[in-house]
Amino acid sequence: MTDIVACHDLSKTYRPDHLAVDALTDIELTIAEGEFASLVGPSGSGKTTLLNLIGGLDTPTAGEVYLRGQRVDTLAPGELADLRLNHVGFVFQAYNLIPVLTARENVELVMELQGLGTADRARLSRDILHEVGLEGLGDRRPAELSGGQQQRVAVARAIVSHPAVVLADEPTANLDSQTASSLLELMRELNQRHGITFIISTHDPMVMEFARRRVMLRDGRIVDDTVAA
Amino acid sequence: MARLALLLRLARRSVLRNRRRTLIILVAISVALWAMIFFAALTRGWENDVVHNAIFTLTGHLQVHAPGYRDDPSVDHSMKPPNATVAQLLAGTEVAAWGTRVRVPAVVMSEHDTAGVTLVGIDPAAERGLSFIADAVHTGRYLDSPDDRGILIGRALADRLGTGVGKRVVVMSQAADHSVADRGFRVVGLFEGDREATEMAYVFVGRRTAMTMLKLGSRVSELAVMLRDRRQLPAFLARLRTAASGLDVQPWTTLEPMAQAMVALGQAWIWMFFVVMYVAMAFGLVNTMLMAVMERTREFGMLQALGMRPRLILIQVVFESCFLLAAGAAAGIGLAAGTLSLLHGGINLSILAQGAEMWGMGKVIYPAAAVVDVIGATALVVVLGVFSSLYPAWRAARRVPIEAITRN
Ligand SMILES: Nc1ncnc2c1ncn2[C@@H]1O[C@H](COP(=O)(O)OP(=O)(O)OP(=O)(O)O)[C@@H](O)[C@H]1O
Ligand SMILES: [Mg+2]
Repeated sequence: MTDIVACHDLSKTYRPDHLAVDALTDIELTIAEGEFASLVGPSGSGKTTLLNLIGGLDTPTAGEVYLRGQRVDTLAPGELADLRLNHVGFVFQAYNLIPVLTARENVELVMELQGLGTADRARLSRDILHEVGLEGLGDRRPAELSGGQQQRVAVARAIVSHPAVVLADEPTANLDSQTASSLLELMRELNQRHGITFIISTHDPMVMEFARRRVMLRDGRIVDDTVAA
Repeated sequence: MARLALLLRLARRSVLRNRRRTLIILVAISVALWAMIFFAALTRGWENDVVHNAIFTLTGHLQVHAPGYRDDPSVDHSMKPPNATVAQLLAGTEVAAWGTRVRVPAVVMSEHDTAGVTLVGIDPAAERGLSFIADAVHTGRYLDSPDDRGILIGRALADRLGTGVGKRVVVMSQAADHSVADRGFRVVGLFEGDREATEMAYVFVGRRTAMTMLKLGSRVSELAVMLRDRRQLPAFLARLRTAASGLDVQPWTTLEPMAQAMVALGQAWIWMFFVVMYVAMAFGLVNTMLMAVMERTREFGMLQALGMRPRLILIQVVFESCFLLAAGAAAGIGLAAGTLSLLHGGINLSILAQGAEMWGMGKVIYPAAAVVDVIGATALVVVLGVFSSLYPAWRAARRVPIEAITRN
């Protein structure tokens, strides 16, 4: 198995000049292609920070991040944007969608930025909306969708152009348990069917049931990393 | 291309989304542009009026005199009537009207009072289209011919002299042989000038009557020419200078330096007003755009997280202000066109006429929108408006607002 994500000696200190906060310290982590991993730990333990570093949203204070073997932490802002566009799918806790675009347009946004033709976009977005159970809702704006439906659109958008990894930062935190569980079910199905790698950060014990691999953080350090049998 | 379409769609929808703010910006832009165009049209109207007044108050587009006449406009500086070459030029198609005049300082006396004036001997038919006088008779009649023995005086002067149509006045001046020339005239008509100063300054008699009175023989004081189109002036002037060598040939801009200066002043005034209006508008635009951009920090952050390059974010915001500016400019031009067509008949300033006269204005001002001003104002608003939206756009694109997208 190839490593999709690799972090070596990764550290992140916020406000290094005064009142420094060590959000991450000496993280060693590799995620293999096709894995479905959960990132757990108490509030403030560094989950969001780690995902942001892996996805090239933020840059580390020290250490290295590799995505598909490519060094990420040394890229310029424009190159990082291209990396995110082509190789990373993000799902955040809420308000993932662009309010002025419909569900379908939100899904097509990434493909549009990649320069895909109209026909291909239409076909792919139709298929993926169907796959996430939103057929018929493609023309709605985010405000006209429930929280769970919005998260499904976000997941559809994250996977539609087959990124190397989908990084989901507490994607179920704003959902009731039933909606949350069906969203997790969906993500695991997509992981299995398409072989897309998922890293999901969470407080939610339910996520841990879905994920075979569980990486636990505390105070910015990995304190446990187990793969269920 | 696909990206451009996306950016345009995002920009258009974002503008339509916040209707209230969009409306406020549109009103600001259109009112600013309206004010700029309207003010420029007023100023142009005033300029036209100043120039028209200057030209029609006996100046014409250009004049020919004997050398020295402009410094000392007396019988000593008279000239022969136009020679054959000059006459040929005057018969050309670019000439709308021309005439020769006797024009000397004189004193006019009634039984009550005396006033210093300029005595103008005219060919009444030639003055049509050349100066205001042919259309200015208020009471009585106009002069019939160069041999008319009557006199035409201004209404204000008639009041001052306590005279009127049918009464007699005596005019005194210096004859060519330096003797005192005096002659009695019957007032045949009173004229009205656009300005009271004109009514006080001139009295008109038949040109040949004046030539006889002043013992000028065939000599005259000036030749005034009106062209069909003011823009032909430089070319015509050059040819006339060649044809009338030895004489003093001058355009109205030299003869009426005050009018010329006011035109220049008007131009400066327009641009000053433009800049002030633009600064006010740009300030509002930048502030509102900045607010709009801050409010949507999360949205721009999301777009960046998805991999939209900062440059594209910048372009999107600039597109948004382009839409606003284009719509605002169209509305502003429309408003200005409406206002100006309503004021087509001119704005009556007669209440202010006393003060306005100081500025060379007539009693009615006709706003005149110049294409160059409309284009200038619109370009200023749109081009610099886009330019000033670069700052809010840069604020939106400058960095990924991680906190905004990952924290709730
Ligand atoms: N921009 C920032 N400036 C300063 N400190 C920060 C910043 N972002 C995060 N931190 C700090 O870094 C540490 C890790 O934060 P992070 O958000 O990664 O934790 P988390 O595990 O995602 O927490 P949560 O479960 O509450 O989302 C915390 O102590 C946090 O206060
Ligand atoms: Mg977090």
